[in-house]
Amino acid sequence: MTAAPTAAPTIADPAATPAPLAERRRWMAVLARAGAAELRAALAELDPTPGWLRLKGPEVGLIMLRGRMGGDGAPFNLMEATATRCTLRLDSGAMGHATILGRDPEKAELAALFDALLQDPARRPRLLESLIEPLARAQAAARQARARKAASTRVQFFTLAAMR
Amino acid sequence: MYVAVKGGERAIAHAHAWLAEIRRGDPAAPEVTLAQLMEQLGLAVDRVMAEGACADRELAALALKQARGDTTEAAFLLRAYRNTLPRFGAAEPVDTAAMRIERRISATFKDLPGGQVLGPTFDYTHRLLDFSLADPGPPPPPAPEAEPEGDATPRVTDVLAEEGLMAREPPGNEEPPDLTREGLRLPAGRALRLQALARGDEGFLVALGYSTQRGYGNAHPFVGEIRVGEVAVEYIPPELGFAIDIGDLLLTECQMVNQFAGSASAPPQFTRGYGLVPGRNERKAMAMALVDRALRAEELGEEKTAPAQDAEFVLYHCDNVESTGFVEHLKLPHYVDFQSELEKLRSLRARWGQEGQ
Repeated sequence: MTAAPTAAPTIADPAATPAPLAERRRWMAVLARAGAAELRAALAELDPTPGWLRLKGPEVGLIMLRGRMGGDGAPFNLMEATATRCTLRLDSGAMGHATILGRDPEKAELAALFDALLQDPARRPRLLESLIEPLARAQAAARQARARKAASTRVQFFTLAAMR
Repeated sequence: MYVAVKGGERAIAHAHAWLAEIRRGDPAAPEVTLAQLMEQLGLAVDRVMAEGACADRELAALALKQARGDTTEAAFLLRAYRNTLPRFGAAEPVDTAAMRIERRISATFKDLPGGQVLGPTFDYTHRLLDFSLADPGPPPPPAPEAEPEGDATPRVTDVLAEEGLMAREPPGNEEPPDLTREGLRLPAGRALRLQALARGDEGFLVALGYSTQRGYGNAHPFVGEIRVGEVAVEYIPPELGFAIDIGDLLLTECQMVNQFAGSASAPPQFTRGYGLVPGRNERKAMAMALVDRALRAEELGEEKTAPAQDAEFVLYHCDNVESTGFVEHLKLPHYVDFQSELEKLRSLRARWGQEGQ
């Protein structure tokens, strides 16, 4: 990592994340929906295996879910959901974070690891191609399959025109 | 006077051993797995999540298995477990307008943008026992598919609001009150009421909702819309400071449309009752929406005459973990209390004997 003239960058600092925010948000969303097994397999593919240090977690906790009154009014607390979070730092210095719904420490740690790896401009193109895009395609296909089943239960009304 | 305060440990241990045996049942029958409960008794799992106020299907399935299928006991187990976990924070309010629709129906408009989508519903089934399910068989063929038409599915209430016929919800982004932190205090604003109703006992809310239809509260509701589907949950981790998508949540939402006569400050228009519950549970979502609307009586200047309009009555009795706790505590030892009742009754009887005969 090159020495920064300013204060040490944090992961919230856009200057420390060369990837545009929208791109990072996208891979984080894809990783949040991946299975731990898929991420474990992707880690096994990496050569050499990266080293990392856990800074926080992985730990299981709760996130309060919120709705809006009438769907579009002021917010209200709906109920809690379990979640797992992890923050880590690669030996190379990049920081990664994951917060995911559900209780899965292994998946949260792996998601944080790939979040960190994807911030490395040298690794990003290959990881996007080998990991994120295939996961995104599979997730989109599962959504599409459900949308197609829903579409086949859409009611088609037949209207009879009254003739005089 | 001294009473026995120790003892019973052995009996309790043996009772729990027998409970474990009964829970498992005949070992010749295969043990149910959490995956089986989640996949095949999913609506029971959804109910436990709602009343346990914790969205985690696997934990709800475990609670249901441990409770031998008793949903109230399972909700209690889930609430107790929830108390052992730290709170990371609060998610951004979910955007149900962006829901990926699995079911979406309206009883007020036949033709509406996005159409009527039935989804995997019990409606229109004949409610005849299906004996083909009695024995395990091959899985059914996959459900038919069709090309989605791709049109948007706006909320029915938005369509009405655009014509000025539906009261808009007051917007806002203030921090809502939290029942799990501050407890229930009256008068309770609508945000707190909705949180209480979302975790409320389904049976109690269905009965109250029904009472408003039968005349206890003068409601004339229509189902503006019910929608079921997944929404993405966004959360701002303090470590990052920007919102990230942390996964999907399946929800059922109900918008009840009710007439409102108007007041000095508002013209006659429709108002809504709102229901939002985890998983697939439109009975609960509809009941919640009916009771939400009934509880708005005061705010809308309507006469408060019925139990469903009485916030204190509804909110203090809708939580089944609390109500069952107080009802069931009656079976715990009350030996000393009862001893004093006995003595009082004996002295009353003695006096009655001397005075009367």
